[in-house]
Amino acid sequence: MSGAKPMKDPLDLLDLASTLTDEEREIQATVAKFLADRVRPHIGEWFENAHFARELAPELGKLGVLGMHLDGYGCAGTNAVSYGLACLELEAADSGFRSFVSVQGSLSMFSIWKWGSEEQKQEWLPRLAAGEAIGCFGLTEPDFGSNPSGMRTRAVRDGADWILNGSKMWITNGGIADVATVWAQTEDGIRGFLVPRGTPGFTTQDIKQKMSLRASITSELYFDNVRLPDSARLPLAEGLRGPLSCLNEARFGILFGAVGAARDSIQAAIEYADSRVQFDKPISAFQLTQKKLADMSVSVGNAALLAVHLGRLKDQHRIRPEQISVGKLNNVREAIAIARECRTILGANGISLEYSPLRHANNLESVLTYEGTSEMHTLVVGQAITGQAAFR
Amino acid sequence: MNIVVLVKQVPDSGAERTLSRTDHTLDRAGAELVLDEINERAAEEALRLKETADAHITVVSMGPDSALDAIRKVLAMGADRGIHICDDRLHGADLLTTAKVLAAAVRTVADVDLVLAGDAATDGGASAVPAVVADLLALPQVTHVRQLDVDAGRVRALRETENGQTTLDAPLPALVSVTEKINEPRYPSFKGIMAAKKKPVDTVGLDDLLPDADGFLVSRTRVVEAVPRPPRAAGTRIADDGSAGRQLAAYLIAQKLV
Repeated sequence: MSGAKPMKDPLDLLDLASTLTDEEREIQATVAKFLADRVRPHIGEWFENAHFARELAPELGKLGVLGMHLDGYGCAGTNAVSYGLACLELEAADSGFRSFVSVQGSLSMFSIWKWGSEEQKQEWLPRLAAGEAIGCFGLTEPDFGSNPSGMRTRAVRDGADWILNGSKMWITNGGIADVATVWAQTEDGIRGFLVPRGTPGFTTQDIKQKMSLRASITSELYFDNVRLPDSARLPLAEGLRGPLSCLNEARFGILFGAVGAARDSIQAAIEYADSRVQFDKPISAFQLTQKKLADMSVSVGNAALLAVHLGRLKDQHRIRPEQISVGKLNNVREAIAIARECRTILGANGISLEYSPLRHANNLESVLTYEGTSEMHTLVVGQAITGQAAFR
Repeated sequence: MNIVVLVKQVPDSGAERTLSRTDHTLDRAGAELVLDEINERAAEEALRLKETADAHITVVSMGPDSALDAIRKVLAMGADRGIHICDDRLHGADLLTTAKVLAAAVRTVADVDLVLAGDAATDGGASAVPAVVADLLALPQVTHVRQLDVDAGRVRALRETENGQTTLDAPLPALVSVTEKINEPRYPSFKGIMAAKKKPVDTVGLDDLLPDADGFLVSRTRVVEAVPRPPRAAGTRIADDGSAGRQLAAYLIAQKLV
């Protein structure tokens, strides 16, 4: 049988668009158009050269992408589903770009928006929303990843000030950030501090030789007797709940983003399979290729429906952390499997940067680990259904 | 300043476009419909004028229900209100009828200073509607504009056609049609998209605009037959045996291309 038109977007299989409002579709389409114009033509080269296109930050700001789901202070104030769809499109272009937006909006801006003083919000949020300033978020340390409560970075009182010592590792946007949200142990437990770039004793070093997220910047942050006024402390954040609330925001974007990387990989594979002729017919006409494409389309459709469902729960303010774990665990796991499978359809061409699947697969190696490893999310789900914490 | 922007929703020029089997008009059901890209630039030009002067922008479109999407897009970019001319009787309207209806819609807007339009639609491509609208409204027409200044009650425009460039000057109110070279349209911002929902759009029909149009003639022409363009024939191949240059020159001369 032939004659039926091939489906360009595997998400059309289940008519995902029918679950969205006009406004959500328009926001998604606007992000997709922007990326098609400004990012997609260059992303292979940026990945190869380990280049982050910082000049796009103000353009993303103008569009309203940065901190888009927050209210006030120059933020767009969209719903959570729209934020997720923007992340989906960003990650369909490149996980590095989505990482930049996640860290800016959900970690840096959200930490200030949720836990900051009015002065801190006024000082930073409008500039961060406009993309004029860049933010980062320092929680992970070289020796403390899944177990942040053991962090060694410490802030101690010195008169009215604080003295900050320690280091943070794997910090997206670190080397270019104008302000860092830094979490540290204090006498009273974990507290957050806003450390502006240029504060004496605060230095950064970018992590080179990465095989993943090459189009975004990852850095180490060092604090050597950094003196901060008490007004630098996020006054409303007490304990681990502070940083973990921010991570939940970012993970929410990731569970949509992973769908985008998977969709883009499948689209590349379908297009290639239609044009690649072996044994006198396109390889898309062979059963083994169709099984791959069908399984992946089912899987990405399920992931997308899960994402939209969780988005609706978030918009009703009913979402629970273990539900976000379900989404991040499933969608990133499926996305990386899809990206790798798509590479097999592309054959030898699949290892070239001309095609996206292997780039997505490499990027997703980071996504699988950061913002809660898939192991930790598995155990969070395990705890939710058994009542027993297996990770302590 | 009151600005009216005329826009049209057209099938995406990047996708396959077909005609309906029954009356050979555009098959909208099977097409991806978008705001015409040249009209989008007319809208962008209006928005740029609004950035430097106090302006109110009305976007006018004639078309079926779906044309509302094109209006909303311009509202999301920053226009203030919309007029959607939607009437089944206008299906298949020719350019003269289209221009009459659009002119009638512009007349419903008070104190219009400037009417902006694209110089051609990417589907029909007749490139005559703006001129006819200007004539019906008795406005000076400045067409095919690639650079526009509005100042002190006048428009000054760089008009560009195949024959060259001219600088034209006209008093307001005037109608200006722009080419695709005039600007790069902005992306609608998320705030704009959310605000567009709340902006007013009036839906009007033929009876509202031309109540005396007895025996209204929608189209003075009728398409009796349409056939798909034949597949491209194989081109002429010139193998270079040392005389390729001469052969190429002979071909170009024969085709009157040089």
